[in-house]
Amino acid sequence: MSNLTTDADTAHFDLPSDRGEGHGRSPLRWLLLAAGLAVAVALPWFVYPPIAMDILCWALFAIALDILLGYCGLLSFGHAAFWGGSAYATGLVAVHYGVPFPLAVLAGMLFAMTIAVPIGYLSVRATGIYFAMVTLAFAQMIYFIANQWRDVTGGENGLQAVPKTFFGIEAVETEAFYFYYAALPMILLGMWAAWRIVHSPFGRVLVAIRDNSPRARALGYDVERYKVIAFVLSAGLAGLAGGLFAISHGFVSLQEVNWTTSGKVVLMTVLGGIGTLWGGAVGAGFIVQLEDYMASSGFEGIGIVTGSVFVIVVLLFRRGIWGTVAHLVSSRSTRSAGRRG
Amino acid sequence: MPTQPALRTSGLCKDFRGFRAVDTVDLEVAEGSIHALVGPNGAGKTTLFNLLSGFLGVSAGRIALFGRDITGLQPEQIAHLGVARSFQITSLFENLTPIEHVELALQGMTSEGYSFWRSHRSMHKFRPRAEELVEEVGLTSMAHRPAGLLAYGQKRALEMALVSALDPRVLLLDEPTAGMGMEDIDRTIELVRRIATGRTVVFVDHNMHVVGSLADRVTVLQAGTVLAEGTYDEVRNDERVVTAYLGEADHA
Repeated sequence: MSNLTTDADTAHFDLPSDRGEGHGRSPLRWLLLAAGLAVAVALPWFVYPPIAMDILCWALFAIALDILLGYCGLLSFGHAAFWGGSAYATGLVAVHYGVPFPLAVLAGMLFAMTIAVPIGYLSVRATGIYFAMVTLAFAQMIYFIANQWRDVTGGENGLQAVPKTFFGIEAVETEAFYFYYAALPMILLGMWAAWRIVHSPFGRVLVAIRDNSPRARALGYDVERYKVIAFVLSAGLAGLAGGLFAISHGFVSLQEVNWTTSGKVVLMTVLGGIGTLWGGAVGAGFIVQLEDYMASSGFEGIGIVTGSVFVIVVLLFRRGIWGTVAHLVSSRSTRSAGRRG
Repeated sequence: MPTQPALRTSGLCKDFRGFRAVDTVDLEVAEGSIHALVGPNGAGKTTLFNLLSGFLGVSAGRIALFGRDITGLQPEQIAHLGVARSFQITSLFENLTPIEHVELALQGMTSEGYSFWRSHRSMHKFRPRAEELVEEVGLTSMAHRPAGLLAYGQKRALEMALVSALDPRVLLLDEPTAGMGMEDIDRTIELVRRIATGRTVVFVDHNMHVVGSLADRVTVLQAGTVLAEGTYDEVRNDERVVTAYLGEADHA
């Protein structure tokens, strides 16, 4: 865990900043975007559709976490609170009001952002490992509430029979393959939002705060307020992902607010590459597929394998999958040495 | 009607676990003046700076900016009231270019940093002014390279561009010439003089050449208290100062 924090703290030495346009290589940028979209559209043809949907949700979740981890240098170890909190809120709205699922997900997302305001406000005063521990503590509180409040959440049995209501279009409501395409626009919108946030004046300030927070304050930036806003935005996108996950499964389990979920998304983000945004999607695809493969082959020790992968990445490929590839590409192009501090 | 001093501290104290780093300092900085703080290492100069800029909370006493009480305000609030500070140890954003630094500083005085829904290209509206400021400190040729790659003197110059981007009424410069060679020092003196026009400047420096050529008033600190105050010549001839500080600095 302490290894992880160090990784987050030093990550900025490895990352390019948020500067984008005007620095060339934009054909490659469009090519990557096209490839990413093609993969997203084609995924359920190659992967069992419910698993494809899992990949999408976890990908957005990991990207949401990266806004905090990669661009604020804050390692949240309690993001299950927002993913799972939204999953419950979405599920409850869908069960009790029978609204079309995008509305239910929107409600879940708003719920996640609402609980993120006080949690973020109380957490951002801490940094490094302390921030991780405070967020973990809050997430555990949410877990215990979900576990104790059986009448509403179903406790250990989970919240059952969450419907995929979608304007009476039966194909979407019953078949995972079609549901995928109904949910895809929401995920893509969430990813676009994450990209927009990171490449905005706000994102520029976040990078400045991450790199040198006293300096940012001396320039007149209210560091804590920026961090709280980033925290709430990240929670909102995590909530969007969690809500869709709940609808997709038709079920919300206690697992969604458990600390293992917080750990899993950190694993995906680090694996894909901190501060790369899209790396999280790669990490999510890798982990979900790996888990699915091992589960279907009857292998019990999933944790041992994902844990080992994690250790290897942290020790040997600190930039993660995306970061390592991006670094190889950029060091091969004319860019001279340097940049690394 | 007497004008308010730009900065006034009364009975200012700062304790660190029983150690009094700043001890009942009464300081008055006249508007438009260049005021130097000197003193041996550990005299409390940087602590005083951190108190004035809000990076440390005061243990006792008050700080007033143009007659307005700013005691206990946060650094960003004090920055918005028109006080800009530089840092003794060069303090930059390694991944950003000088232009991006200055854009960020210019934006810091607005609330546009919150717009997470906009493209960061919207920051280009600060570009013309940023280019001027970068040129003023002689960094045009390095304007688009990450600050991590700048030479030491260039980083110090960028610090100056950042504080002047805030268009402050009061400038706090913590050792603007620290670690510089003679040539850079003279250029920095010129630069400070230029930026100081129409502003109030408080600076710390160990180099007596810098103090002598810039300062209208000099305050000598020792062990957290004010030892002497006056013009450079008055202070230089003060016996207590000679024994406490200048004597030791002369052979340096």
